[in-house]
Amino acid sequence: MLYDALIGPFTEFEFMRRALAAVIALSLAGAPIGVFLMLRRMSLVGDAMAHAILPGAAVGFLLSGLNLFAMTAGGLIAGFAVAILAGVVARSTGLKEDASLATFYLASLALGVTIVSIKGTNIDLLHVLFGNILAMDDQTLLVVAFNATVTLLVLAVIYRPLVIESVDPLFLRTVSRAGGPAHLAFLALVVINLVNGFQALGTLLAVGLMILPAGIARFWSRDLTVMICIAVVAAAASGYAGLVLSFQTRVPSGPAVILVATVLYIVSVLFGRVGGIVRQLFPGRHLEA
Amino acid sequence: MAALHFHNVTLGYDRHPAVHHLNGEVARGALVAVIGPNGAGKSTLLRGIVGILGPLDGSIHLGGLDSRDIAYLPQSAEIDRSFPISVFDFVGTGLWRGTGLFGGIGKAARGKILRAIASVGLNGFENRPIGTLSGGQMQRVLFARVLLQDASLIVLDEPFNAIDSKTTADLLALVKHWHGEGRTVLAALHDMEMVRNHFSETLVLARGPVAWGPTAEVLTPENLMVAMRMCEAFDDSATACAADDISSRAA
Repeated sequence: MLYDALIGPFTEFEFMRRALAAVIALSLAGAPIGVFLMLRRMSLVGDAMAHAILPGAAVGFLLSGLNLFAMTAGGLIAGFAVAILAGVVARSTGLKEDASLATFYLASLALGVTIVSIKGTNIDLLHVLFGNILAMDDQTLLVVAFNATVTLLVLAVIYRPLVIESVDPLFLRTVSRAGGPAHLAFLALVVINLVNGFQALGTLLAVGLMILPAGIARFWSRDLTVMICIAVVAAAASGYAGLVLSFQTRVPSGPAVILVATVLYIVSVLFGRVGGIVRQLFPGRHLEA
Repeated sequence: MAALHFHNVTLGYDRHPAVHHLNGEVARGALVAVIGPNGAGKSTLLRGIVGILGPLDGSIHLGGLDSRDIAYLPQSAEIDRSFPISVFDFVGTGLWRGTGLFGGIGKAARGKILRAIASVGLNGFENRPIGTLSGGQMQRVLFARVLLQDASLIVLDEPFNAIDSKTTADLLALVKHWHGEGRTVLAALHDMEMVRNHFSETLVLARGPVAWGPTAEVLTPENLMVAMRMCEAFDDSATACAADDISSRAA
């Protein structure tokens, strides 16, 4: 009975196995990126970037139909353009990164909506907006896995400067020029993972599998490495549970995954070891030293 | 051989000078105090030396030093104390020159980091997140990192601000130890008593240099009065400065 509910769908249906593989790949790469987004106070930057890639994906969709390569390429181009322009403007003028990003993503969104409303129908566009993890073909799965692998490799390369730049940017500037390139590479990784996520979850929810697990991890550890591990596990667990939920009920798969992550998040906010609400309300007697 | 050579240096923001026409040099191994009222350009000068701020005019020569040979302790470090990093890892970033992007932290390096943490009196704090430290402890951590940087030029911007006397004494001992090792140390300071007792050379700065030389000769009430009278505000309608090279140390 329990086996039928929890494991049966995956042994029985190939599309469920593909979906599970995709969601694990997304978790492995997206969750660490999400942790850095959160620690660098850029959680909403991820959201802005998700809007920025939407027009690119829509244009790809209009030009070549429901072709994931075209949509991915379009999304990557739009996302990179916005991320790099915003990063360059922020670093070469006094403008804060969030302000310059807001300008560019709004411009990108406006441009995309213009193109879509001139040329497109909006029925299939729902697919772009909300994705469909249950409709993954082999090619798409390979693209997702490839992007995840690239993400982890690049993250390993920029890890040290990225951490130091997050803690003490001035210090990094005095010892190295790696700060700027590391930051841009990180923005590129954000874009890659958003594009990766929108094939499964859609442009609007893609950022959810990055940010929510990071938020969950924050309530359970004060150590960066442990945080990243918790975030990955939380993301994969949400993905698995969301797929099961979606299979057993009629909730669509993308929202199901994010809703499960939201439940985990609420539990963490309430009962988390680090700064959870219950811990704060009932901290126990104070210590001796 | 000079460790630092200022040639008609003007540093500032938006064309407004904060350090105006500074000439002179700092000998290798010197222990120099930079004093002056708020807004005198002390921090600006130190930023110029470290290379974070490019001069508006003139040039600063580092006497063959690479920017990696300089350790800089900023006044209000833009440190994100909420970032989950331990004291050990944070101090360890001081080894950047040796490790760079990928170099491992081996057994020898771990020993160095532990010794640096011990020599600022923070034994047992290795695994504490930096967010849990007090202001004085954080300043000790920053000194430990400077220690690991093993730099021949050390630039400290008001390192003893809001620090209690015990910590100040400990950290000042470290500064004198660096001086003893032949490193060049520049420190922006406010405590005249400390400057008089511990620093051999002093630069009194009030946008332009007021006086520069042996502390006993420079630290006079007259010079300090001149420095205090400096007008702090930028003049928005100021015209372009026409002054050419001014000969040497005094303005």
